[in-house]
Amino acid sequence: MPDTSSTTLTATEETAAAPADVVKTEQRKPRSLWGDAWFELRHRPMFWVSAILLVILLLIAAFPGLFTSADPTKGDLTNHFLSKPELTHFFQPDWFGYDGQGRSIYARVIHGTRNSILVGVGVTAAVTFLGGLLGMLAGYFGGLIDSVISRLTDIFFGIPFLLGTMVVLNAFTDRKVYVVVLALTFLGWTSIARVTRSSVITAKQADYVTAARALGASTTRMLFRHVMPNALAPTIVVATIALGGYISAEATLSYLGLGLSEPAISWGIDISEASKAIRDNPHALMFPAGMLTLTVFAFIMLGDAVRDALDPKLR
Amino acid sequence: MGRYVIRRLIQMAPVFIGSTFLIFMMVFALGDPVAALFGDKAPDPATAARIREELYLDQPLWKQYLHYMGQIFQGDFGTAFNGQPVTELMAAAYPVTLRLTMVAIFIELVVGITLGVLSGLKRGHFIDSSVLVLTLVVISIPTFVSGYVLQYLFGVKWDVIRPTVSVDAPLNELILPGIVLALVSLAYVTRLTRTSIAENVRADYLRTAVAKGLPRRRIITRHLLRNSLIPVVTFIGTDIGSLMGGAIVTETIFNIHGVGYQIYQGILRNNAPTVVGFVTILVIVFLIANLLVDLLYAVLDPRIRYA
Repeated sequence: MPDTSSTTLTATEETAAAPADVVKTEQRKPRSLWGDAWFELRHRPMFWVSAILLVILLLIAAFPGLFTSADPTKGDLTNHFLSKPELTHFFQPDWFGYDGQGRSIYARVIHGTRNSILVGVGVTAAVTFLGGLLGMLAGYFGGLIDSVISRLTDIFFGIPFLLGTMVVLNAFTDRKVYVVVLALTFLGWTSIARVTRSSVITAKQADYVTAARALGASTTRMLFRHVMPNALAPTIVVATIALGGYISAEATLSYLGLGLSEPAISWGIDISEASKAIRDNPHALMFPAGMLTLTVFAFIMLGDAVRDALDPKLR
Repeated sequence: MGRYVIRRLIQMAPVFIGSTFLIFMMVFALGDPVAALFGDKAPDPATAARIREELYLDQPLWKQYLHYMGQIFQGDFGTAFNGQPVTELMAAAYPVTLRLTMVAIFIELVVGITLGVLSGLKRGHFIDSSVLVLTLVVISIPTFVSGYVLQYLFGVKWDVIRPTVSVDAPLNELILPGIVLALVSLAYVTRLTRTSIAENVRADYLRTAVAKGLPRRRIITRHLLRNSLIPVVTFIGTDIGSLMGGAIVTETIFNIHGVGYQIYQGILRNNAPTVVGFVTILVIVFLIANLLVDLLYAVLDPRIRYA
């Protein structure tokens, strides 16, 4: 079976080198699943919209200082208690107005990005690793291992996700990003495990796996070189789509007072505080809520595009 | 059929025991209910020890769990820390959340399936792409954002409804909270129906139905829809459980005193009997819903028969 990564690379290099006969080259050369998916992705406007949004969001998360010089934790109650937004003052501290503590909402929205994205990416990575590993073991070995892991998945799946996570988080008083990541991972790995298990079961029945076994390949080699690359697509799809969901889950938990704890800046905490004064000052709620929605939207849109690209059935 | 149900019930037992033990462990091992009883003050050691003995908390965890389960099967869910029996709280909270969930599921089914069928039949058309983008946007809005925005618009700005729900939670006041609760799942139902319809449009039995000259309406409702609903039914089945548990945000925003509200308060105050009791019932609801879904398969797809 061809090395997937190098095929992807050659496909991209060729298109970059000779854009004129892209179509011809693509038709002549057989594309691997990943090369095909990338080809499909590049032709989707949705993918580019989400990619641009994500680049901007990642920039904000990495270098919030580039976007605002205002201090998100400095409150000025005398002058700025819940001041209305100045929508023409682009990138100024008063662009989105001030919150109930007299802090710049724009600065808080900008500085809250990092925590949200850290939680989202962290949970997705942890869940994919844990769920992927368990699902692969269950699917590949079957028998007793499969029964034990599958029942375990059922048990963790049976507990309501949000409620269970809240119970875990309530045990911690100082909730940093890694605590929230671990708590969300604790109950979040089940769907990835299920998806990986079933795709591994399909992949291991392929002839090249039997051939590899006949050639005397070790179990590890068969698992990681033959089965895993071919069973990965559904797992990646579920993980990408779930990423946006984890960001929204973190905000929900913070909103309920069980997510990140202050002084960490989280959109969820800001929304919770703003909700008390929503009747007269909806702006304090709308801006963090809008930014949160935009971020989740960008990630879910990416997941959707990736799914369409990897699943040829839907075309 | 009967034997199948019994077999499934037996298979459910380990999951039920596992899930309830897990939540029991999480609540009792991660927090100290006796310390919580005293609030911020440090409890007097002798009193704490006496309460521990009374509440069976001085035993090893697995013994506590067995004791608890034994009590549950006699209908005793323990008492919340304010002295009220947990069953009393449940009798007040579950009907409210059940009504809210029913409103949400009704909206999901009617709107979601209609939109899904429309866009699935017109794949690639304007309706289809706008429904797709719309569902993506709806999925991206967290419940507490859509909840506050809709509450602000309808309840405060336009003054169409009461912003919060009264104690009895009558159905007409639950419409907006039901919409808020349904929104995300509604988008999933729409997308699932669309994909399923778009796939089944090419099925052989559909071509046969068209060739027989059946009216279009009958083809769509009887042949296409019935076969396309299986993934949707599966989704709704797992969704009942998560809606009842996930109603916590909606219930907080609209001040509905349902299951989510009680569990939320229970978690914040380390009120162990309330949390474990309510979650145990949620686990049962979840398992029963899954069983019903499997039985519904046979109704929807005549090829599936349970011996």
